[in-house]
Amino acid sequence: MRRLGRLALPLIGFALAGCRWQSVLDPQGPQANELAWLFWLFTWVLGAIWLAVMIALVLALVRRRPPRTDPLAVDPAQDRRYTAVVTGLAIATGVVVLVLTGLSYVSQRNLFRVEEEAVTIRVTGRQWWWEVRYEEADASRSFTTANEIHIPVGKPVKIKLSSADVIHSFWVPSLMGKQDLIKGQENDIRLVADRPGIYRGQCAEFCGLQHAHMGILVVAEPEGDFDRWRDAQIKPAEPPGDPERQKGEAAFLAQPCIMCHSVRGTPAGGKVAPDLTHIGGRRYLAAGTLPMSRGNLAAWIVDPHGIKPGVNMPTIKLHPDDLNALAAYLEGLK
Amino acid sequence: MRARASLLLLALIAPAGCQREERNYRADPVATESVEKVALAPLSPGPSGPVTETSGKAKEYENNAYHLSQGKTLYKWMNCVGCHANGGGGSGPALIDDLWIYGGSIENIVHTIREGRPNGMPSFRGKIPDDQIWEIAAYVRSMSGNVPKDAAPGRDDAMHPRPAENRTPESPPVSGGAPPPQ
Repeated sequence: MRRLGRLALPLIGFALAGCRWQSVLDPQGPQANELAWLFWLFTWVLGAIWLAVMIALVLALVRRRPPRTDPLAVDPAQDRRYTAVVTGLAIATGVVVLVLTGLSYVSQRNLFRVEEEAVTIRVTGRQWWWEVRYEEADASRSFTTANEIHIPVGKPVKIKLSSADVIHSFWVPSLMGKQDLIKGQENDIRLVADRPGIYRGQCAEFCGLQHAHMGILVVAEPEGDFDRWRDAQIKPAEPPGDPERQKGEAAFLAQPCIMCHSVRGTPAGGKVAPDLTHIGGRRYLAAGTLPMSRGNLAAWIVDPHGIKPGVNMPTIKLHPDDLNALAAYLEGLK
Repeated sequence: MRARASLLLLALIAPAGCQREERNYRADPVATESVEKVALAPLSPGPSGPVTETSGKAKEYENNAYHLSQGKTLYKWMNCVGCHANGGGGSGPALIDDLWIYGGSIENIVHTIREGRPNGMPSFRGKIPDDQIWEIAAYVRSMSGNVPKDAAPGRDDAMHPRPAENRTPESPPVSGGAPPPQ
Protein backbone atom coordinates (compact mmCIF):
# COMPACT_ATOMS: atom_id res chain seq x y z
CA MET A 1 0.00 0.00 0.00
CA ARG A 2 2.80 2.38 0.94
CA ARG A 3 4.54 1.50 -2.28
CA LEU A 4 1.38 2.25 -4.24
CA GLY A 5 1.07 5.57 -2.44
CA ARG A 6 4.61 6.47 -3.37
CA LEU A 7 3.88 5.66 -7.02
CA ALA A 8 0.66 7.66 -7.00
CA LEU A 9 2.21 10.78 -5.47
CA PRO A 10 3.93 12.08 -8.61
CA LEU A 11 0.77 11.42 -10.62
CA ILE A 12 -1.27 13.50 -8.18
CA GLY A 13 1.44 16.15 -8.44
CA PHE A 14 1.07 16.30 -12.21
CA ALA A 15 -2.70 16.46 -11.96
CA LEU A 16 -2.47 19.35 -9.48
CA ALA A 17 0.00 21.21 -11.66
CA GLY A 18 -2.54 21.01 -14.51
CA CYS A 19 0.18 19.67 -16.76
CA ARG A 20 -0.47 16.41 -18.53
CA TRP A 21 2.47 14.10 -18.85
CA GLN A 22 2.97 13.34 -22.50
CA SER A 23 1.08 10.27 -23.64
CA VAL A 24 -0.16 9.02 -26.98
CA LEU A 25 -2.99 7.30 -25.11
CA ASP A 26 -4.32 10.62 -23.81
CA PRO A 27 -5.46 12.24 -27.08
CA GLN A 28 -6.64 15.85 -26.79
CA GLY A 29 -7.22 16.78 -30.42
CA PRO A 30 -8.64 15.30 -33.65
CA GLN A 31 -5.19 14.39 -35.00
CA ALA A 32 -4.21 12.59 -31.80
CA ASN A 33 -7.68 10.96 -31.61
CA GLU A 34 -7.15 9.54 -35.08
CA LEU A 35 -3.83 8.01 -34.04
CA ALA A 36 -5.13 6.69 -30.72
CA TRP A 37 -8.15 5.11 -32.45
CA LEU A 38 -5.85 3.42 -34.96
CA PHE A 39 -3.59 2.23 -32.13
CA TRP A 40 -6.45 0.63 -30.18
CA LEU A 41 -8.00 -0.90 -33.32
CA PHE A 42 -4.70 -2.55 -34.28
CA THR A 43 -4.09 -3.64 -30.70
CA TRP A 44 -7.53 -5.29 -30.30
CA VAL A 45 -7.74 -6.91 -33.75
CA LEU A 46 -4.18 -8.24 -33.74
CA GLY A 47 -4.45 -9.21 -30.06
CA ALA A 48 -7.60 -11.24 -30.79
CA ILE A 49 -5.90 -12.99 -33.72
CA TRP A 50 -2.85 -13.76 -31.62
CA LEU A 51 -5.06 -15.21 -28.88
CA ALA A 52 -6.96 -17.37 -31.40
CA VAL A 53 -3.69 -18.72 -32.84
CA MET A 54 -2.35 -19.49 -29.39
CA ILE A 55 -5.54 -21.32 -28.37
CA ALA A 56 -5.43 -23.37 -31.58
CA LEU A 57 -1.78 -24.21 -30.93
CA VAL A 58 -2.44 -25.32 -27.35
CA LEU A 59 -5.41 -27.44 -28.48
CA ALA A 60 -3.26 -29.08 -31.17
CA LEU A 61 -0.61 -29.90 -28.61
CA VAL A 62 -2.96 -31.19 -25.95
CA ARG A 63 -5.46 -33.21 -28.00
CA ARG A 64 -4.50 -36.78 -28.61
CA ARG A 65 -5.03 -38.36 -32.05
CA PRO A 66 -6.44 -41.83 -32.22
CA PRO A 67 -3.68 -44.26 -33.21
CA ARG A 68 -3.74 -45.12 -36.90
CA THR A 69 -3.39 -48.56 -38.23
CA ASP A 70 -1.77 -47.56 -41.52
CA PRO A 71 0.27 -44.35 -41.32
CA LEU A 72 0.36 -43.98 -45.12
CA ALA A 73 -3.39 -44.32 -45.65
CA VAL A 74 -5.04 -41.41 -47.52
CA ASP A 75 -8.41 -40.06 -46.42
CA PRO A 76 -9.70 -37.82 -49.29
CA ALA A 77 -12.63 -36.43 -47.28
CA GLN A 78 -10.35 -35.26 -44.43
CA ASP A 79 -7.82 -33.81 -46.90
CA ARG A 80 -10.53 -31.71 -48.52
CA ARG A 81 -11.61 -30.41 -45.10
CA TYR A 82 -8.05 -29.42 -44.22
CA THR A 83 -7.58 -27.70 -47.59
CA ALA A 84 -10.78 -25.71 -47.09
CA VAL A 85 -9.74 -24.62 -43.56
CA VAL A 86 -6.21 -23.55 -44.61
CA THR A 87 -7.51 -21.69 -47.70
CA GLY A 88 -10.17 -19.96 -45.61
CA LEU A 89 -7.61 -18.83 -43.02
CA ALA A 90 -5.21 -17.60 -45.74
CA ILE A 91 -8.00 -15.54 -47.33
CA ALA A 92 -9.04 -14.20 -43.90
CA THR A 93 -5.43 -13.13 -43.24
CA GLY A 94 -5.33 -11.30 -46.55
CA VAL A 95 -8.67 -9.58 -45.84
CA VAL A 96 -7.55 -8.46 -42.36
CA VAL A 97 -4.30 -7.02 -43.74
CA LEU A 98 -6.12 -5.23 -46.56
CA VAL A 99 -8.82 -3.79 -44.27
CA LEU A 100 -6.24 -2.55 -41.75
CA THR A 101 -4.19 -1.02 -44.57
CA GLY A 102 -7.30 0.74 -45.87
CA LEU A 103 -8.22 2.10 -42.43
CA SER A 104 -4.66 3.28 -41.88
CA TYR A 105 -4.78 5.04 -45.26
CA VAL A 106 -8.05 6.79 -44.38
CA SER A 107 -6.55 7.93 -41.07
CA GLN A 108 -3.50 9.30 -42.85
CA ARG A 109 -5.75 11.32 -45.14
CA ASN A 110 -7.59 12.75 -42.15
CA LEU A 111 -4.30 13.55 -40.39
CA PHE A 112 -2.95 15.57 -43.30
CA ARG A 113 -6.23 17.19 -44.35
CA VAL A 114 -5.62 20.87 -45.10
CA GLU A 115 -7.83 23.29 -43.18
CA GLU A 116 -7.74 27.08 -43.21
CA GLU A 117 -5.40 27.82 -40.31
CA ALA A 118 -6.04 30.46 -37.64
CA VAL A 119 -2.41 30.70 -36.53
CA THR A 120 0.84 29.99 -38.38
CA ILE A 121 3.91 29.18 -36.32
CA ARG A 122 7.39 28.58 -37.66
CA VAL A 123 9.36 26.21 -35.43
CA THR A 124 13.10 25.90 -36.05
CA GLY A 125 14.94 23.07 -34.32
CA ARG A 126 18.33 23.93 -32.87
CA GLN A 127 20.76 22.01 -30.70
CA TRP A 128 19.01 21.77 -28.17
CA TRP A 129 16.04 24.10 -28.09
CA TRP A 130 13.13 25.26 -30.25
CA GLU A 131 12.97 28.66 -31.90
CA VAL A 132 9.33 29.68 -32.30
CA ARG A 133 8.20 32.44 -34.63
CA TYR A 134 4.56 33.53 -34.92
CA GLU A 135 4.06 34.59 -38.52
CA GLU A 136 1.48 37.19 -39.52
CA ALA A 137 0.87 38.97 -42.79
CA ASP A 138 1.39 42.19 -40.82
CA ALA A 139 5.13 42.03 -40.07
CA SER A 140 4.78 44.27 -37.01
CA ARG A 141 2.66 41.55 -35.39
CA SER A 142 5.22 38.78 -35.99
CA PHE A 143 7.44 37.91 -33.06
CA THR A 144 9.99 35.33 -31.93
CA THR A 145 10.01 33.33 -28.72
CA ALA A 146 11.34 29.93 -27.68
CA ASN A 147 10.42 26.56 -26.22
CA GLU A 148 6.79 27.43 -25.43
CA ILE A 149 3.95 27.58 -27.96
CA HIS A 150 0.56 29.09 -27.12
CA ILE A 151 -2.42 28.15 -29.29
CA PRO A 152 -6.12 29.00 -29.19
CA VAL A 153 -8.38 26.07 -28.26
CA GLY A 154 -10.40 24.54 -31.09
CA LYS A 155 -8.66 26.51 -33.87
CA PRO A 156 -6.56 24.80 -36.55
CA VAL A 157 -2.88 25.69 -36.19
CA LYS A 158 -0.29 25.28 -38.93
CA ILE A 159 3.25 24.61 -37.80
CA LYS A 160 6.07 25.02 -40.33
CA LEU A 161 9.08 22.95 -39.35
CA SER A 162 12.72 23.36 -40.34
CA SER A 163 16.11 22.99 -38.73
CA ALA A 164 19.18 25.15 -38.29
CA ASP A 165 21.65 22.30 -37.76
CA VAL A 166 20.86 18.56 -37.62
CA ILE A 167 17.58 16.65 -38.03
CA HIS A 168 15.13 17.00 -35.13
CA SER A 169 11.57 15.76 -34.79
CA PHE A 170 8.60 17.66 -33.36
CA TRP A 171 6.33 15.50 -31.24
CA VAL A 172 3.56 16.50 -28.85
CA PRO A 173 2.00 13.07 -28.19
CA SER A 174 -1.34 14.34 -26.85
CA LEU A 175 -1.94 16.49 -29.95
CA MET A 176 -0.36 14.81 -32.99
CA GLY A 177 2.18 12.44 -34.45
CA LYS A 178 5.85 13.09 -35.13
CA GLN A 179 7.18 15.24 -37.95
CA ASP A 180 10.85 15.74 -38.76
CA LEU A 181 12.64 19.10 -38.89
CA ILE A 182 15.19 18.97 -41.70
CA LYS A 183 17.72 21.62 -42.64
CA GLY A 184 16.97 23.13 -46.03
CA GLN A 185 13.47 21.69 -46.17
CA GLU A 186 10.15 22.90 -44.80
CA ASN A 187 7.68 20.37 -43.42
CA ASP A 188 4.16 21.26 -42.32
CA ILE A 189 2.05 19.83 -39.58
CA ARG A 190 -1.47 20.83 -38.53
CA LEU A 191 -3.00 20.39 -35.12
CA VAL A 192 -6.03 21.34 -33.08
CA ALA A 193 -6.34 21.21 -29.30
CA ASP A 194 -9.90 20.32 -28.22
CA ARG A 195 -9.45 21.25 -24.56
CA PRO A 196 -7.42 23.90 -22.75
CA GLY A 197 -4.32 22.52 -21.10
CA ILE A 198 -0.56 22.32 -21.13
CA TYR A 199 0.81 19.59 -23.32
CA ARG A 200 4.43 18.57 -23.17
CA GLY A 201 6.34 17.53 -26.27
CA GLN A 202 9.91 16.68 -27.06
CA CYS A 203 12.41 16.06 -29.79
CA ALA A 204 11.84 12.57 -31.20
CA GLU A 205 14.92 12.23 -33.41
CA PHE A 206 18.32 11.73 -31.79
CA CYS A 207 20.09 15.05 -32.33
CA GLY A 208 23.19 14.97 -30.16
CA LEU A 209 24.32 15.13 -26.55
CA GLN A 210 21.32 16.89 -25.05
CA HIS A 211 18.59 15.33 -27.21
CA ALA A 212 16.85 14.14 -24.03
CA HIS A 213 16.71 17.71 -22.70
CA MET A 214 14.97 19.19 -25.73
CA GLY A 215 11.44 19.65 -24.48
CA ILE A 216 8.67 21.95 -25.65
CA LEU A 217 5.38 23.01 -24.06
CA VAL A 218 2.17 23.63 -25.98
CA VAL A 219 -0.24 25.79 -23.97
CA ALA A 220 -3.78 25.62 -25.33
CA GLU A 221 -5.96 28.40 -23.95
CA PRO A 222 -9.31 30.08 -24.75
CA GLU A 223 -9.09 32.56 -27.61
CA GLY A 224 -9.35 35.66 -25.37
CA ASP A 225 -6.39 34.51 -23.24
CA PHE A 226 -4.41 33.64 -26.37
CA ASP A 227 -4.98 37.08 -27.89
CA ARG A 228 -3.88 38.78 -24.65
CA TRP A 229 -0.78 36.58 -24.52
CA ARG A 230 0.06 37.38 -28.15
CA ASP A 231 -0.39 41.15 -27.64
CA ALA A 232 1.94 40.99 -24.61
CA GLN A 233 4.56 39.01 -26.56
CA ILE A 234 4.57 41.50 -29.45
CA LYS A 235 5.54 44.36 -27.11
CA PRO A 236 9.25 44.96 -26.43
CA ALA A 237 10.57 44.41 -22.92
CA GLU A 238 9.66 47.12 -20.42
CA PRO A 239 12.64 49.05 -19.01
CA PRO A 240 13.29 47.91 -15.43
CA GLY A 241 11.97 50.14 -12.65
CA ASP A 242 13.78 49.10 -9.47
CA PRO A 243 17.54 49.63 -8.96
CA GLU A 244 18.38 45.92 -8.68
CA ARG A 245 16.84 45.09 -12.02
CA GLN A 246 18.44 48.16 -13.58
CA LYS A 247 21.80 46.84 -12.38
CA GLY A 248 20.85 43.48 -13.87
CA GLU A 249 20.08 45.03 -17.23
CA ALA A 250 23.42 46.86 -17.21
CA ALA A 251 25.19 43.57 -16.40
CA PHE A 252 23.27 41.80 -19.17
CA LEU A 253 24.31 44.39 -21.75
CA ALA A 254 27.97 44.36 -20.61
CA GLN A 255 28.34 40.58 -20.55
CA PRO A 256 28.77 38.05 -23.39
CA CYS A 257 24.97 37.42 -23.16
CA ILE A 258 24.35 39.94 -25.94
CA MET A 259 26.55 38.07 -28.43
CA CYS A 260 23.84 35.40 -28.77
CA HIS A 261 20.62 36.50 -27.03
CA SER A 262 18.23 39.31 -27.85
CA VAL A 263 15.87 41.30 -25.67
CA ARG A 264 13.65 43.48 -27.82
CA GLY A 265 13.70 47.06 -26.59
CA THR A 266 17.42 46.92 -25.68
CA PRO A 267 20.53 46.92 -27.91
CA ALA A 268 20.89 43.16 -27.35
CA GLY A 269 20.15 41.58 -30.72
CA GLY A 270 21.93 38.21 -30.88
CA LYS A 271 20.23 35.69 -33.15
CA VAL A 272 21.79 32.34 -32.26
CA ALA A 273 20.23 31.69 -28.85
CA PRO A 274 16.66 31.92 -27.45
CA ASP A 275 14.97 35.33 -27.49
CA LEU A 276 14.74 36.49 -23.86
CA THR A 277 12.30 39.41 -24.31
CA HIS A 278 9.61 37.71 -22.18
CA ILE A 279 11.58 34.85 -20.62
CA GLY A 280 10.12 35.49 -17.16
CA GLY A 281 6.68 34.57 -18.48
CA ARG A 282 7.72 31.12 -19.68
CA ARG A 283 7.12 28.07 -17.52
CA TYR A 284 10.45 26.36 -18.11
CA LEU A 285 14.09 27.21 -18.69
CA ALA A 286 16.56 25.59 -21.09
CA ALA A 287 13.98 23.77 -23.26
CA GLY A 288 11.86 22.13 -20.57
CA THR A 289 14.81 21.31 -18.32
CA LEU A 290 14.27 23.51 -15.24
CA PRO A 291 11.09 25.15 -13.91
CA MET A 292 11.28 28.94 -14.19
CA SER A 293 12.42 30.58 -10.98
CA ARG A 294 14.99 33.15 -9.97
CA GLY A 295 17.14 30.47 -8.33
CA ASN A 296 17.07 28.25 -11.41
CA LEU A 297 17.92 31.20 -13.65
CA ALA A 298 20.99 31.93 -11.52
CA ALA A 299 21.98 28.24 -11.44
CA TRP A 300 21.67 28.02 -15.21
CA ILE A 301 23.77 31.15 -15.81
CA VAL A 302 26.51 30.07 -13.39
CA ASP A 303 26.94 26.54 -14.69
CA PRO A 304 24.94 25.60 -17.80
CA HIS A 305 27.24 22.63 -18.42
CA GLY A 306 26.53 21.18 -14.98
CA ILE A 307 22.83 21.05 -15.91
CA LYS A 308 23.01 20.30 -19.65
CA PRO A 309 26.57 19.08 -20.45
CA GLY A 310 27.70 20.07 -23.93
CA VAL A 311 25.12 22.84 -24.33
CA ASN A 312 26.13 25.82 -26.46
CA MET A 313 25.72 28.33 -23.64
CA PRO A 314 29.24 29.04 -22.32
CA THR A 315 30.42 29.48 -18.76
CA ILE A 316 31.10 33.16 -18.22
CA LYS A 317 32.94 35.21 -15.64
CA LEU A 318 30.38 37.01 -13.52
CA HIS A 319 30.54 38.86 -10.20
CA PRO A 320 28.15 37.32 -7.59
CA ASP A 321 26.31 40.63 -7.10
CA ASP A 322 25.85 40.94 -10.85
CA LEU A 323 24.55 37.37 -10.96
CA ASN A 324 21.75 38.11 -8.48
CA ALA A 325 20.82 41.29 -10.29
CA LEU A 326 20.91 39.50 -13.65
CA ALA A 327 18.62 36.72 -12.41
CA ALA A 328 16.22 39.34 -11.00
CA TYR A 329 16.26 41.23 -14.32
CA LEU A 330 15.52 38.12 -16.38
CA GLU A 331 12.83 36.87 -14.02
CA GLY A 332 11.09 40.24 -14.31
CA LEU A 333 10.93 40.06 -18.13
CA LYS A 334 7.31 38.93 -18.12
CA MET B 1 46.68 -21.18 -39.68
CA ARG B 2 47.15 -20.51 -36.01
CA ALA B 3 49.55 -17.66 -36.73
CA ARG B 4 47.01 -16.10 -39.06
CA ALA B 5 44.21 -16.42 -36.48
CA SER B 6 46.27 -14.81 -33.76
CA LEU B 7 47.28 -12.03 -36.16
CA LEU B 8 43.59 -11.39 -36.90
CA LEU B 9 42.82 -11.38 -33.18
CA LEU B 10 45.62 -8.89 -32.62
CA ALA B 11 44.27 -6.66 -35.40
CA LEU B 12 40.84 -6.76 -33.76
CA ILE B 13 42.22 -5.91 -30.33
CA ALA B 14 44.55 -3.17 -31.57
CA PRO B 15 41.81 -0.50 -32.15
CA ALA B 16 40.90 -0.75 -28.46
CA GLY B 17 44.28 0.77 -27.73
CA CYS B 18 43.48 3.88 -29.79
CA GLN B 19 43.28 6.97 -27.70
CA ARG B 20 39.95 8.71 -27.81
CA GLU B 21 39.99 12.44 -28.19
CA GLU B 22 39.08 14.23 -25.00
CA ARG B 23 36.32 16.75 -25.28
CA ASN B 24 36.21 19.38 -22.64
CA TYR B 25 32.66 20.74 -22.75
CA ARG B 26 32.88 22.55 -19.47
CA ALA B 27 35.55 25.23 -19.54
CA ASP B 28 37.18 26.33 -16.30
CA PRO B 29 34.26 27.86 -14.34
CA VAL B 30 36.43 30.74 -13.14
CA ALA B 31 37.95 31.11 -16.56
CA THR B 32 40.64 33.71 -16.54
CA GLU B 33 42.70 34.83 -19.47
CA SER B 34 45.90 32.92 -20.01
CA VAL B 35 49.03 35.06 -20.16
CA GLU B 36 50.63 35.08 -23.59
CA LYS B 37 53.66 37.21 -24.31
CA VAL B 38 53.66 37.60 -28.06
CA ALA B 39 55.56 39.75 -30.51
CA LEU B 40 53.74 41.56 -33.29
CA ALA B 41 56.91 42.12 -35.33
CA PRO B 42 59.37 39.48 -36.51
CA LEU B 43 62.24 41.93 -35.89
CA SER B 44 64.22 42.33 -32.71
CA PRO B 45 67.69 43.85 -32.03
CA GLY B 46 70.49 41.34 -31.99
CA PRO B 47 70.91 37.97 -33.64
CA SER B 48 68.03 36.17 -31.83
CA GLY B 49 64.43 36.87 -32.76
CA PRO B 50 61.85 38.54 -30.50
CA VAL B 51 61.43 37.05 -27.01
CA THR B 52 58.03 35.40 -26.58
CA GLU B 53 56.51 33.32 -23.83
CA THR B 54 53.34 31.28 -24.24
CA SER B 55 51.14 29.32 -21.86
CA GLY B 56 51.21 26.13 -23.96
CA LYS B 57 47.43 26.09 -24.43
CA ALA B 58 47.94 26.04 -28.21
CA LYS B 59 48.29 22.25 -28.44
CA GLU B 60 45.13 21.61 -26.46
CA TYR B 61 43.10 23.61 -28.98
CA GLU B 62 44.92 23.14 -32.31
CA ASN B 63 45.04 19.34 -32.15
CA ASN B 64 41.48 18.85 -30.97
CA ALA B 65 38.73 18.19 -33.54
CA TYR B 66 35.98 19.22 -31.12
CA HIS B 67 37.52 22.62 -30.37
CA LEU B 68 38.19 23.23 -34.07
CA SER B 69 34.63 22.48 -35.12
CA GLN B 70 33.24 24.55 -32.26
CA GLY B 71 35.51 27.33 -33.53
CA LYS B 72 34.00 26.93 -36.99
CA THR B 73 30.47 27.32 -35.59
CA LEU B 74 31.48 30.29 -33.43
CA TYR B 75 33.22 31.93 -36.41
CA LYS B 76 29.75 32.28 -37.95
CA TRP B 77 27.79 32.90 -34.74
CA MET B 78 30.08 35.69 -33.52
CA ASN B 79 29.84 37.31 -36.95
CA CYS B 80 33.51 37.05 -37.98
CA VAL B 81 31.93 36.44 -41.40
CA GLY B 82 30.64 40.02 -41.32
CA CYS B 83 34.11 41.45 -42.13
CA HIS B 84 36.35 38.50 -43.03
CA ALA B 85 33.73 36.66 -45.12
CA ASN B 86 34.45 32.94 -45.41
CA GLY B 87 38.17 33.68 -45.12
CA GLY B 88 38.66 35.55 -48.36
CA GLY B 89 38.28 38.88 -46.59
CA GLY B 90 35.97 41.82 -47.15
CA SER B 91 36.23 44.97 -45.11
CA GLY B 92 38.64 42.92 -42.96
CA PRO B 93 41.77 41.17 -44.24
CA ALA B 94 41.74 37.67 -45.73
CA LEU B 95 42.37 34.77 -43.35
CA ILE B 96 43.01 31.94 -45.80
CA ASP B 97 46.26 33.39 -47.17
CA ASP B 98 49.69 33.14 -45.57
CA LEU B 99 50.13 36.84 -44.75
CA TRP B 100 49.66 37.77 -41.09
CA ILE B 101 49.75 41.47 -40.22
CA TYR B 102 49.80 40.81 -36.47
CA GLY B 103 51.44 37.39 -36.42
CA GLY B 104 50.06 33.98 -37.41
CA SER B 105 50.63 31.88 -34.29
CA ILE B 106 47.52 30.89 -32.33
CA GLU B 107 48.66 33.07 -29.42
CA ASN B 108 48.93 36.08 -31.76
CA ILE B 109 45.45 35.41 -33.15
CA VAL B 110 44.03 35.03 -29.62
CA HIS B 111 45.58 38.40 -28.80
CA THR B 112 44.18 39.97 -31.95
CA ILE B 113 40.66 38.80 -31.01
CA ARG B 114 41.00 39.76 -27.34
CA GLU B 115 42.59 43.17 -27.78
CA GLY B 116 41.25 44.23 -31.15
CA ARG B 117 43.50 45.92 -33.72
CA PRO B 118 43.57 49.41 -35.24
CA ASN B 119 41.53 50.08 -38.38
CA GLY B 120 38.43 48.17 -37.43
CA MET B 121 39.06 44.91 -35.54
CA PRO B 122 36.94 45.19 -32.36
CA SER B 123 38.18 43.98 -28.98
CA PHE B 124 36.17 40.95 -27.89
CA ARG B 125 37.51 40.76 -24.33
CA GLY B 126 34.61 40.15 -21.97
CA LYS B 127 32.23 39.56 -24.89
CA ILE B 128 33.44 36.14 -25.97
CA PRO B 129 34.55 33.81 -23.13
CA ASP B 130 38.29 33.13 -23.31
CA ASP B 131 37.99 29.41 -24.11
CA GLN B 132 35.79 30.27 -27.09
CA ILE B 133 38.36 32.85 -28.27
CA TRP B 134 40.92 30.00 -28.29
CA GLU B 135 38.51 27.82 -30.27
CA ILE B 136 37.96 30.55 -32.87
CA ALA B 137 41.72 31.23 -33.10
CA ALA B 138 42.42 27.51 -33.63
CA TYR B 139 39.79 27.44 -36.39
CA VAL B 140 41.29 30.53 -38.04
CA ARG B 141 44.62 28.64 -38.17
CA SER B 142 42.86 25.70 -39.83
CA MET B 143 41.59 27.99 -42.62
CA SER B 144 45.14 28.19 -44.00
CA GLY B 145 45.87 24.51 -43.31
CA ASN B 146 48.02 25.09 -40.23
CA VAL B 147 46.46 22.46 -37.94
CA PRO B 148 46.70 18.64 -38.17
CA LYS B 149 44.59 17.34 -41.07
CA ASP B 150 42.97 14.63 -38.95
CA ALA B 151 41.62 17.24 -36.53
CA ALA B 152 40.53 19.96 -38.97
CA PRO B 153 36.80 20.16 -39.82
CA GLY B 154 35.54 18.24 -42.86
CA ARG B 155 33.31 19.60 -45.60
CA ASP B 156 30.11 21.52 -44.88
CA ASP B 157 26.62 20.21 -45.54
CA ALA B 158 25.85 23.36 -47.52
CA MET B 159 27.72 24.96 -50.42
CA HIS B 160 31.09 26.29 -49.37
CA PRO B 161 33.27 28.70 -51.34
CA ARG B 162 36.55 26.81 -50.81
CA PRO B 163 37.82 23.31 -50.04
CA ALA B 164 37.11 21.94 -46.56
CA GLU B 165 39.63 22.82 -43.86
CA ASN B 166 41.00 19.26 -43.75
CA ARG B 167 41.79 19.49 -47.48
CA THR B 168 43.30 22.96 -47.42
CA PRO B 169 46.99 22.84 -48.39
CA GLU B 170 49.29 23.99 -45.63
CA SER B 171 50.57 27.55 -45.98
CA PRO B 172 52.85 28.47 -43.06
CA PRO B 173 52.40 32.02 -41.74
CA VAL B 174 54.50 34.80 -43.27
CA SER B 175 54.72 37.96 -41.25
CA GLY B 176 53.68 41.20 -42.85
CA GLY B 177 50.85 41.68 -45.28
CA ALA B 178 49.05 44.79 -46.27
CA PRO B 179 47.12 46.78 -43.64
CA PRO B 180 43.36 46.64 -44.16
CA PRO B 181 41.88 49.21 -46.54
CA GLN B 182 41.14 52.55 -44.88
